Amino acid sequence: MSLVKVTIDDKELSVPEEYTVLQAAREAKINIPTLCFLKSVNEIGACRICLVEVQGARSLQAACVLPVSEGMVVYTHTPEVREARKVTLELILSDHDRSCLTCNRHGNCELQKLAEEFNIQELRFERATQKYRLDDFSPSVVRDSNKCILCRRCVSMCGQKQKISAIAVNARGFHSIIGPAFDRSLAEAPCVLCGQCINVCPVGALREKDDTDLVWQAIEDPTKHVIVQTAPAVRAALGEEFGMPIGTPVTGKMVTALRRLGFAKVFDTDTAADLTIMEEGTELLHRLQPGGVLPLITSCSPGWIKYMEHNYADLIPNVSSCKSPHTMFGALLKNYYAEQNQLDPKDIVVVSVMPCTAKKFEAKRPELSTNGNPDVDIVITTRELGKMIREAHINFVDLGEGNFDHPFPTASGAAHIFGASGGVMEAALRTVAEIVNGEELQDIEFHEVRGLAGIKEATIKLKGIDLKVAVTSGLGNAQVLLEKIRAGEADYHFVEIMACHGGCINGGGQPIQPSSVRSWTNLKELRMAALYQEDSKATIRQSHKNPLIQALYQDYLEEPGSKKAHQLLHTHYQARENYPE
Amino acid sequence: MKSIAELQALREKAKKDLNLRNTEAGTRIIVGMATCGIASGARPVMTALVEELAKRNLNNCTVAMTGCLGLCKLEPLVEVIDEDGTKTTYIHMTAEKARRIIVEHIVNGQKCKDLMM
Amino acid sequence: MAIYRAHVLVCAGTGCASSNSVKIMEALEAELSLQGLEQEVQIVKTGCFGLCARGPIVVVYPEGAMYANVRVEDVPLLVSEHLLKGRIVDGLLLKETGIDETGKENENSEFFSRQLRIALRNCGIINPENIEEYIAYDGYQALAKVLTEMTPAEVITEIQASGLRGRGGAGFPTGIKWGFAAEQVAEQKYVCCNADEGDPGAFMDRSVLEGDPHSVVEAMAIAAYAIGANEGYVYIRAEYPIAVKRLKIAIKQAESEGLLGKNIFGTGFDFELFIRLGAGAFVCGEETALMASVEGKRGEPRPRPPFPAVKGLWERPTILNNVETYANIPVIINKGADWFRTIGTESSPGTKVFAVGGKINNTGLVEVPMGTSMREVIYNIGGGIPNGKKFKAAQTGGPSGGCIPASHIDTPIEYETLIELGSMMGSGGLIVMDEDTCMVDLARFFLEFTVEESCGKCPPCRIGTKRMLEILQKITEGRGEIADLEQLEILAKNIKAASLCGLGQTAPNPVLSTLRYFRDEYEAHVLEKRCPAGVCKSLLTYSIIPDSCRSCGLCAKNCPADCISGDRKTPFVIDQSKCIKCGTCIIKCKFAAIELV
Repeated sequence: MSLVKVTIDDKELSVPEEYTVLQAAREAKINIPTLCFLKSVNEIGACRICLVEVQGARSLQAACVLPVSEGMVVYTHTPEVREARKVTLELILSDHDRSCLTCNRHGNCELQKLAEEFNIQELRFERATQKYRLDDFSPSVVRDSNKCILCRRCVSMCGQKQKISAIAVNARGFHSIIGPAFDRSLAEAPCVLCGQCINVCPVGALREKDDTDLVWQAIEDPTKHVIVQTAPAVRAALGEEFGMPIGTPVTGKMVTALRRLGFAKVFDTDTAADLTIMEEGTELLHRLQPGGVLPLITSCSPGWIKYMEHNYADLIPNVSSCKSPHTMFGALLKNYYAEQNQLDPKDIVVVSVMPCTAKKFEAKRPELSTNGNPDVDIVITTRELGKMIREAHINFVDLGEGNFDHPFPTASGAAHIFGASGGVMEAALRTVAEIVNGEELQDIEFHEVRGLAGIKEATIKLKGIDLKVAVTSGLGNAQVLLEKIRAGEADYHFVEIMACHGGCINGGGQPIQPSSVRSWTNLKELRMAALYQEDSKATIRQSHKNPLIQALYQDYLEEPGSKKAHQLLHTHYQARENYPE
Repeated sequence: MKSIAELQALREKAKKDLNLRNTEAGTRIIVGMATCGIASGARPVMTALVEELAKRNLNNCTVAMTGCLGLCKLEPLVEVIDEDGTKTTYIHMTAEKARRIIVEHIVNGQKCKDLMM
Repeated sequence: MAIYRAHVLVCAGTGCASSNSVKIMEALEAELSLQGLEQEVQIVKTGCFGLCARGPIVVVYPEGAMYANVRVEDVPLLVSEHLLKGRIVDGLLLKETGIDETGKENENSEFFSRQLRIALRNCGIINPENIEEYIAYDGYQALAKVLTEMTPAEVITEIQASGLRGRGGAGFPTGIKWGFAAEQVAEQKYVCCNADEGDPGAFMDRSVLEGDPHSVVEAMAIAAYAIGANEGYVYIRAEYPIAVKRLKIAIKQAESEGLLGKNIFGTGFDFELFIRLGAGAFVCGEETALMASVEGKRGEPRPRPPFPAVKGLWERPTILNNVETYANIPVIINKGADWFRTIGTESSPGTKVFAVGGKINNTGLVEVPMGTSMREVIYNIGGGIPNGKKFKAAQTGGPSGGCIPASHIDTPIEYETLIELGSMMGSGGLIVMDEDTCMVDLARFFLEFTVEESCGKCPPCRIGTKRMLEILQKITEGRGEIADLEQLEILAKNIKAASLCGLGQTAPNPVLSTLRYFRDEYEAHVLEKRCPAGVCKSLLTYSIIPDSCRSCGLCAKNCPADCISGDRKTPFVIDQSKCIKCGTCIIKCKFAAIELV
């Protein structure tokens, strides 16, 4: 790494030559405002908010994409720079639906923050704005083009990272609009509803479909027995909604808050994750027998499943028939739990708190129901739970630690790590390895499948077999792996795929961090760490050792992969058209 | 085309075909082609001139037509205007005589005195 | 083989083709065979002669007689008189008359002899679909020379020494650009030709491709050799079907002659050339947008650096030059940099082609040495302003250029002088305006174009130009306030400063230059609610001159807004509050009793 000397606002410094002016300025503790910039996602220099003056350059330059060069002299705060930035911001505001008070992103809006920082008190150039129809036809993602500022972070995320390109820039100039092709709704496009676009949107143009009202209504209905379950990744991020440091696990406070909101029971989806390992592990063992379709691919991520149905339906035989953990849990609650507590399944409302927007779509799949009762009734995201807690005026930070309710109070450490990429794989290995080897593992941690690498491969030496596994997250990475599988160039036995990079901790329903944080902090790593921390503290760290699961099979499900288990805990898939008629 | 030589050969050939468009070309031969000229046989004269020029690769010489030169009884008339502007008028032309003009006047620079007006 | 004694050159450029030259060619063929002349007279389809206003143009050699405005009906006469009997048809010959500033006949007016044609050297002279004709006019000599006698570095040195600057707009020195690309170490490099020509009214690139496509093919091969590329792309707009067709033919011919492809002239140099069609977005003339489009992406610019010479097509070193720039290359190689430098000015050597249009007699393409005055182009070549009107301003550089007022008519045209005047060279559009042009309306017109053509990537251009347009609409509709002028200036300044690409950075030019030279017109619109040129409809008042009105009532009868009233005894009156300014009354009045102020 060679260094170059640059001067920014008369400060001289040496920085690596691959730095941009923006990075160099950070080094010098000089703050350059940005708007479209999101590191490693959207570095296109489009919004012109980060303009700086470079000595000798013909025009002002976008600091976010301008590479440093030896002897470069940069000024970030000249009158010309300030005026150009301010006029640009005023122009953006002039074409933005500024109904801030009623906006989903009020208080967490990057544009609002800039307007404040730039001390905008009046808009000089206010005239015609666009009026677009709200796209709220999908069960997961709402697109409000009136609020869109065309920064294109979502386009980059969908096209470059997820490699889906369900949305792109349509038309041009003042009529530019970001959305699916042919002016379609997200519901009629190859969108997998992963919600990654929401996470990167600086304003309120993309958001989850808000289902909090449905939850309130259920809670307030005395005839309903409303159960809530929370996914593993929620506890790793919910604290961020209340200003807590990224990566703070808040399981106990979350349980307390949920109970305060009025849920009859607060359960942990992690319990069902243990169940998933039993079912999926068994499925893997079956498939390892001669004639089994390999590789077996995980089915927990509904974004991945929808993506597969759109683009890789030929791989349906490879995908595990296991329902995702929360729908397994839902099915169990509406059958086993209902029987145990003499409740009519129709009176039970299962609410899932998920880090995920695709789960809203998943819950509406007709195949995920028993006798006409959907396994899960309502899905809300981590962000929506945050909203409900604020709506109830609960001071989250000061809450005490609660515990999950009986009869499902416990889950294994293996289940906790489901929320991180590689977690499902590691949890499965902790169980499958012991079954195959017929003896306890000395070390239950499989570090080779952890971390944020796009594709992780490992060979696990078991008795009689070298188990080849692969873990991928982020659909762009998954595509690479899937092409290899499709071409027959991969000899994996077991593959874990998560639609969102890093797994559920980075799901499309998780708290939104602005670019100023996301660009310079490894959000995924911090949230992942919270889950591994929970795992390491757990007394039981393998799914098959969870006594609750053992009892469940003994009392009700008979054995993993039994007829009963298949009835309740397994599903099937269908090919989907990208642009249906 | 595999060599520069081939390019040059093609260029020379093509140049010849296009010489007609060079209005600054050296010698101009003008054939009276009004009704009187045509009636007294100017057309075969002109054809002969053109053919003879082509045969001899005389690129620096064009054949043009003109109307009645006012001396109808001397038709077919041919005027040769040399590069220096000297004008020579030949009268009572035939195809045979035309070929002579090309050989003697144009190629050898000797005016055909017996054919002149 | 037929030996032809006469060549009849018929312009088959877009301009003449649209004024029926194809039919003329067919009629000529029919007439020649009728008169038995088909073995003696050859019809040659050529590119544009440049004088499009007088098209279709037909030239008969060896006389070199140029016929203008030829109609199909004229063909029998032309054949029987000129081609059969050898009598030039005077009545059809091109007459070059011009008008000087005082409205009198201009004796200096000469459309062709005052031009110096380098880029257009073969246009209208050769058959563009016949490689042999190009070769006859020294075609591929330059390629042969560089491949056998010069090193790539020598080629670049020669081009640098010539001082040739990009003819596409910005005027960047071509040789320096090539030098940057040549310095790069890469397995693959590309040469690219910008034939997107988006400026409305500019058509020199089309003309070169239609009239002399091989010059571009040859130049691109030379450029490729110079920088170490072996693949080239011509990005040409699909609206140029004739140019596309001829370029395709040219590439095919060059390939079959071994002038494109593997091991050209046995030197081991390979070069392949491909065509990519553009869909006509103006922004695709911007180099990074063009390359995105070639790659199959949405045609949008990206910030530079990295420059294309470092990271261009598919992230490989690429040079991109415009058609006219390339058309100069073979001549420079053949005649040398020193010769080229004798033409034009010190800082801008060579010639520039202008597409002259608007209120001028000789609409068409004009190639003159750099540094030629606007007066020369407008009056002596362009033939002056029609109908004895006064010259008001010239707009150079297309929609992103500026307006140069009559007071600067003697300015020599070169890159720097135009920029000093608040305009630019651009691709060489030159739109002449007379006294009937409203400068505010003109600025609005050009801005409408850029608003429509903004790609939408950066807010200053996407929203800023729209806001400027809204203000200009307000002013031309009579709702302007004096504060609007200040807003226009703030917006213009910052859009120029903050936009991502050249489109936005230059979009405010028409407004800024008209504000600079014609501020009084803006003020008249805003303060007096008056359009001095009488163009802005909303600011005009139709009124009946009582003394002239014969009370016939025809105006009232035809008024669609029903706002004219009167009776047989008194003059009629227009109710201004209801008038929609359609102008029907003025057309209907038989006594010229209605005036427009």
